[in-house]
Order: sequence, then structure tokens, then C-alpha cells
Amino acid sequence: MSGLIGKKIGMTSMFDASGKNVPCTVVQAGPCVVTQIKTKETDGYEAIQLAYDDKKEKSTSKAMQGHFAKAKTTPKRMVAEFTRFEKEHRKEFGDLLGVDVFIEGEYIDVVGTSKGKGFQGVVKRHGFGGVGQQTHGQHNRLRAPGSLGASSWPSRVFKGMRMAGRTGGNRVKMINLQVMKIIPEKNLIIVKGSVPGPKGSYLILERWS
Amino acid sequence: MNQTEIMNFVQDTLTEKKEFPAFKAGDTITVHYKIKEGNKERLQPFRGVVIQRRGSGSTETFTVRKISSNIGVERIFPITSPFIEKIELNRRGVVRRARIFYLKALRGKKARIKEKKY
Repeated sequence: MSGLIGKKIGMTSMFDASGKNVPCTVVQAGPCVVTQIKTKETDGYEAIQLAYDDKKEKSTSKAMQGHFAKAKTTPKRMVAEFTRFEKEHRKEFGDLLGVDVFIEGEYIDVVGTSKGKGFQGVVKRHGFGGVGQQTHGQHNRLRAPGSLGASSWPSRVFKGMRMAGRTGGNRVKMINLQVMKIIPEKNLIIVKGSVPGPKGSYLILERWS
Repeated sequence: MNQTEIMNFVQDTLTEKKEFPAFKAGDTITVHYKIKEGNKERLQPFRGVVIQRRGSGSTETFTVRKISSNIGVERIFPITSPFIEKIELNRRGVVRRARIFYLKALRGKKARIKEKKY
């Protein structure tokens, strides 16, 4: 595996080689600093820790300030761990990783936090159809969930019954998004399709080989 | 660079710049559109009235309407489409709005647009 931390910039569209107009998302990724290398001996598993996006020293806790100082870098906003990092991209402590870990045309996975929608009904949250019709004297049941279960048996509502509630704001992984273009001088990756979250939110980009 | 500047930069690098005459809703234009038939490529002209221009930057599109054998035909072109060879401005029209959808309901003599005089 190899990966990077990035930021969602926005969506646009481009024409590919065959002349198709494809929707794509612009992601600013890297340069990421290797802030820790975890090994089997010291931590029980192998992983590397990357950090991305500068922040002010005064808004960083003393513990994190020391952590970043050890890697000889400025404090960063986003820190993430990557397991089973590929040998050829495996960097040493304090090294920088840029968009060159990916190649144009390959498929990557993008992890982000989806947009929070607040408390939503079952129609939006689970794709229910609602109950009945709009006309023929029907009223107030248009977006209702319907029956929650039978009566005398089981005399209760089963666990996991889909109901209204908090929607969105979850960790979502979009798999197999094609890398359409890489602009190394501006640290930009353009992937096909959409990625979770609002503009400016942090993303984890991974490629599993 | 903030997000808007990055988006503008990306749109500039992803699309090739083409020079088209400035046209707006109400103008009559001819779009020369490349069409692939097998291995051959030919140009198909599409002449009609511009009904609207929508969007901005590289995702801008425009709609052209014409009457073809008594049936209204509308076609939407992305302005950065690689298949648009050139656009000819045939006639400038005087209209009072940016999107002239009222033209769809009009036929014959009523669907005329006054020409812009300089």
C-alpha cells in the first residue's frame, strides 16, 4: 500500500482521450511528512505515520509540539497512520512524500467524512418510499416509515430496525477512483468521480497493490 | 493559493483555450461540430438561435435551437468540447433577457428576433 493525506478542493469536469466529458474531483495532497515509523519490536505492528497541513505552534499542545519537533517539522493539522506501506515508497523518519507516489491512470481509494445531514427521516436516510399516495384523501403519511413489525409475536421491535436519526458525517471510503491527472508543481491530484465530504475537508488517499 | 484560485488554475490546465466570437442569447450562430463516422471525421454545421449560456469557466454550456423540418431541435454544447471546430456568428439579435425560453412556445413569424443595428 501507499498513500497520502489530502484536502478536497472542488469538482469540475474534463474531456478524456476518447472525448467523453467525465466528472472529476480536485484533491490537494501532500507534501506529507513521515512523523513516526512504528515497528514490530517497539509497537507490535508495522505502520508509518504521516502528517499534513501546517498549523500555528500556539494552537498545538506541548505533547504534539515535541512529536513534530522530533521529526524536525512544523506542527501539522492532520495526522494519519498507514499500515503495510510499500517498500519502494517507504521513507525514512522526517522525509517528505509528494503526489509522485501515485501514477496517472491507476485506481486509488479515497477515505473521508461524509457531509452531515442532521436528523433525517427514513425516506432520505434509508431510501424508503413513504406510505401511500398523495391524493385520494391521504394525508400526513407521505414520508412515514410504515409498520415496524408484527403484533402478538414478537411483541417488540427487532434490533437494527431502520428508523429516522442522525444522517451523514460518517467515515466513507470510495474505492477504485481513477487518477485522471497529476499536477506535481501544485501538489494536485484529479480523480474521476466524487469523494465524500465538503470542500476543504481532509481525505486519506490509498492505493492497494 | 486559495480553493477558488486552485480551481481556476486546474480548469485552465485541463482545457485547451479556443477563440470564439462573443455571442449571447438571441444571436444566430453556426457551430461546426466534428463527427466521427468509422475512421472518417467530418464537420457538421448546426445553425440556430442561442437560447441560453449557463455555467462558468470550463463547465460552461450553451443551447442552440433551430427549426428542422417544422420540428424544434435544441442542442446543448459544452463550450470546452474538443469536438467544436469553430463557431460562426451569423446575426446579432436584440433580446431583453439572458435566457429566451419564451421562444420555444412561438412559431413562424412570431418567433422572429430583431437584428441588432450598430
